[in-house]
Amino acid sequence: MKELIGKSISKLQELLASKQVKAKEVCDAHLNHIDRLDKEIFAFNTVTHGLARKQAELVDQQIAAGDKLGKLAGIPIALKDNICLQGYPTTCSSKILANFMPPYDATVTKRLFEQGAVCVGKTNMDEFAMGSSTENSAFKPTLNPWSLMGNGNKKLVPGGSSGGSTASVAAGFSTVALGSDTGGSIRQPASFCGVVGMKPTYGLVSRFGLVAFASSLDQIGPLGRTTEDVAITLSAIAGHDSHDSTSLPEPKVDFLSDLKKPIKGLRLGIISELLGEGIEAEIQEAIKKAIETYRSLGAKCDQVSMPNLKHALPVYYIIATAEASANLARYDGVRYGLRDKESKDVLSMYYKTRQAGFGAEVKRRIMLGTFALSTGYYDAYYKKAQQVRQLIKNEFDQAFQKFDLLICPTSPSVAFEFGAKTSDPLSMYLSDIATIPANLAGIPAVSLPCSFDKQGLPIGLQLMGPALSDAKLLQAAFAFESTTNFDNQPPPALLTKV
Amino acid sequence: MKYETVIGLEVHAQLKTKSKIFCGCPTDFGGAPNDHVCPVCLGMPGVLPVLNKRVVEFAIKTGIALNCEIAHTTKFDRKNYFYPDLPKDYQISQYDQPICNTGHLTIKGRKIRIHRAHLEEDAGKLVHAGAAGLHGSDYSLVDYNRTGVPLLEIVSEPDIESPEEARQYLTELRNILRYIDVCDGNLEEGSFRCDANVSLRPEGQKELGTKVEIKNMNSFRAVQRALQYEIERQIIALDKGERIAQETRLWNEATGDTHPMRSKEEAHDYRYFPEPDLVPLVIDRNWVSEIEKTLPELPESRRRRYVDEQGLSADDALVLTESFELANFFDSTLKLGAPAKQISNFLLGPITAYLNEEKLELAQTKVTPENMRDLVGAVTSNVLSSTTAKQVLTELLQNGGSVKDIIDKKGLAQISDEAGLKDIVSKVLADNPSQVEEFRSGKTKVRQFFLGETMKATKGKANPQVINKLLDELLA
Repeated sequence: MKELIGKSISKLQELLASKQVKAKEVCDAHLNHIDRLDKEIFAFNTVTHGLARKQAELVDQQIAAGDKLGKLAGIPIALKDNICLQGYPTTCSSKILANFMPPYDATVTKRLFEQGAVCVGKTNMDEFAMGSSTENSAFKPTLNPWSLMGNGNKKLVPGGSSGGSTASVAAGFSTVALGSDTGGSIRQPASFCGVVGMKPTYGLVSRFGLVAFASSLDQIGPLGRTTEDVAITLSAIAGHDSHDSTSLPEPKVDFLSDLKKPIKGLRLGIISELLGEGIEAEIQEAIKKAIETYRSLGAKCDQVSMPNLKHALPVYYIIATAEASANLARYDGVRYGLRDKESKDVLSMYYKTRQAGFGAEVKRRIMLGTFALSTGYYDAYYKKAQQVRQLIKNEFDQAFQKFDLLICPTSPSVAFEFGAKTSDPLSMYLSDIATIPANLAGIPAVSLPCSFDKQGLPIGLQLMGPALSDAKLLQAAFAFESTTNFDNQPPPALLTKV
Repeated sequence: MKYETVIGLEVHAQLKTKSKIFCGCPTDFGGAPNDHVCPVCLGMPGVLPVLNKRVVEFAIKTGIALNCEIAHTTKFDRKNYFYPDLPKDYQISQYDQPICNTGHLTIKGRKIRIHRAHLEEDAGKLVHAGAAGLHGSDYSLVDYNRTGVPLLEIVSEPDIESPEEARQYLTELRNILRYIDVCDGNLEEGSFRCDANVSLRPEGQKELGTKVEIKNMNSFRAVQRALQYEIERQIIALDKGERIAQETRLWNEATGDTHPMRSKEEAHDYRYFPEPDLVPLVIDRNWVSEIEKTLPELPESRRRRYVDEQGLSADDALVLTESFELANFFDSTLKLGAPAKQISNFLLGPITAYLNEEKLELAQTKVTPENMRDLVGAVTSNVLSSTTAKQVLTELLQNGGSVKDIIDKKGLAQISDEAGLKDIVSKVLADNPSQVEEFRSGKTKVRQFFLGETMKATKGKANPQVINKLLDELLA
């Protein structure tokens, strides 16, 4: 069944529709693949064998009955472990939620299932989505599937925080996966693992059932090996949700009609500030080549300066941590999750539960956020950060008056080795320098593979567009992808193991 | 030294919407513990609040009734503190942009200004096992049924000058909330809760003294007593030259005094910040106008009308308007052309007595405004005496019907027929010769006895005026 691994959604659905293969076989092939190889990768916190088989059988019944099939019928998907799946652990890769089973499904989970998706499991992540390497998982770090190649046996991180979902797609464990992106948590791992990852416009995809990190920045998005897979998955999950007050009223959810149309005349702005100091030279080169590719496709590319982007990182680390400090307060041992049972009074139960339940990075961010909101500091930190956030939004608005989309690298570096940045939080935070601005502005952004460095590691290209330009963004990504050959490249070492 | 008392009140009014403020759970009081909960009000990971439109409508309605400015744009904020009854460990409240600003209500002709009114979610309830309170209990349980029930916190300006005025303010505020049907004002069930701020200043001094907040008062009487106690405590302290500490004190109903809350309990930095899960709320002016149209006439306006147009006493008008039901019934009767004073006497006299006795609401009885018009009519036209009128009224309250039918069925029509009554009075005199003797010897008081006997003989139906006339004749 190895020929079923790594196939695109449309290819699998073709095989299913023509009855050459059963959904159950697709499902089993992927589950076997996970069972054999995830011991090395650790993309999953939970593999949902039973659920996947049940869902696949249902699709087979629908096919047999000649029913209309959903957009994702029979397609193996993985959910980041901060997206609620009723009756299965949703841990956020944290000890504090290690045994937590949500009593409800997230809206995206429901929508995927309505479209016939087959859920193979819940994926590893940085604890509460706080991190850029998935090393902050309380359980075990996920290995970047590309590190299995024979280059001195370096163990590389998959990026983060959606490292498990991204590794799952790169390793062929699932056709697509959902991640969440608060400051680059879908796009940065996508660039590290050579897949396509998208953060949609804020409010396009419901956050109901996504365990909150920073509410005004969090957005669920798809990861896939091709732009088309990402577009199909996005069309399954996007759209208004009455359970989420920040969800947009009636957004367009057609990302496929224009996907394959040419992009001649597209005005592409090259962000000067993100193509110089602090970005690895090979990555700069790769982006410049990509720009040439776009020019050859008829795009008009020009430089744009966005000086306020340099404030994005500090602004982000105030707003995100402030919101997180409140969002994570509920993990107090009273109702669910970990509880220190030895404590004799409520205060010490709070202290001990949270002391034992949260990892170092989560604690650091809760403390940063609590400080930023404290009396006497609110104006200087939180309020000021919101003002600067508005400046950054304004700067994007101005840029989008001249350009349809903006282009820059996704990450300043390629995948790094385990432990390379864990002792220096600031250098870890800098991994997200190019991805954070889109979250602050609430705009859509996509990362797609655009080259490989000398070691053979994937490099990601990022496109950003104005709010609700998600379809255009995917169209531009598709245009690049179809003239180049960086997409759908499985990690070479993995190929031999399938 | 002479001091002036300055009081401000904070009222938490539970808005009586069917569902909670941010989820669809019912708001009913009672129910088995943790029966009225869902992932949203339990603060499960991943849930989001969705604002109940009805709650906003009720807040606007209250704002209009309290003469407030209704905000054009309002927003919600997170108030952060850890407590087991608060599932998210933050409360969604409103910090710097409340839905209602600067209003007032009027008591006894005095305007008490309202500073603001803002929306927030209620917390749950702790139940301490093995003891009456936390102290000495083995463990504590939490009931989240009340979590997420909508509250409107109504904050007055420090315009209240005495404990008695505080009680009047609370009575009037609760009354208004009941008139506009947004809060049932039940103190026992906690749907109307009050905290008080009180300070003293030397008479004539402009700046306010140090204020003390008092909590834990479960009745209007408790508010009045707690304030009285606190004022006396502060006077004694000030006279001794002591400084008043700015603090929160708890009222103890059993001991009748206040004592300071441990400072640890109030040392909060709530770290308010805008709730990112809710979008700012823009309030459509047309909506406000539509809500305004649904408001009934409020107690203050009715009181003025009853006194100025209907000639009632201020006290009667006050009592009548203290119940929305009674005032509405009264107004319906007036519309039928019945005389105000007599109706008011019936309502405040026998009807209120009956309701208190039977522990009933007016709506639970059968009497209608038409009945009251007819009843008063029958008294005025001498068909009923005050005694028989009461009998008819009791029948109306218990079983309903028409006044005429009851009079006929029970034969209660007053006997004013002179010829018929003459026989009865003659018989009474004939049966009691010794009393007649007494009367003739000058003990005119005995006349009352004859009157009573005649009434007895006619089962209270005889017209007393006619009896008196006949007695004059027959005893002459």
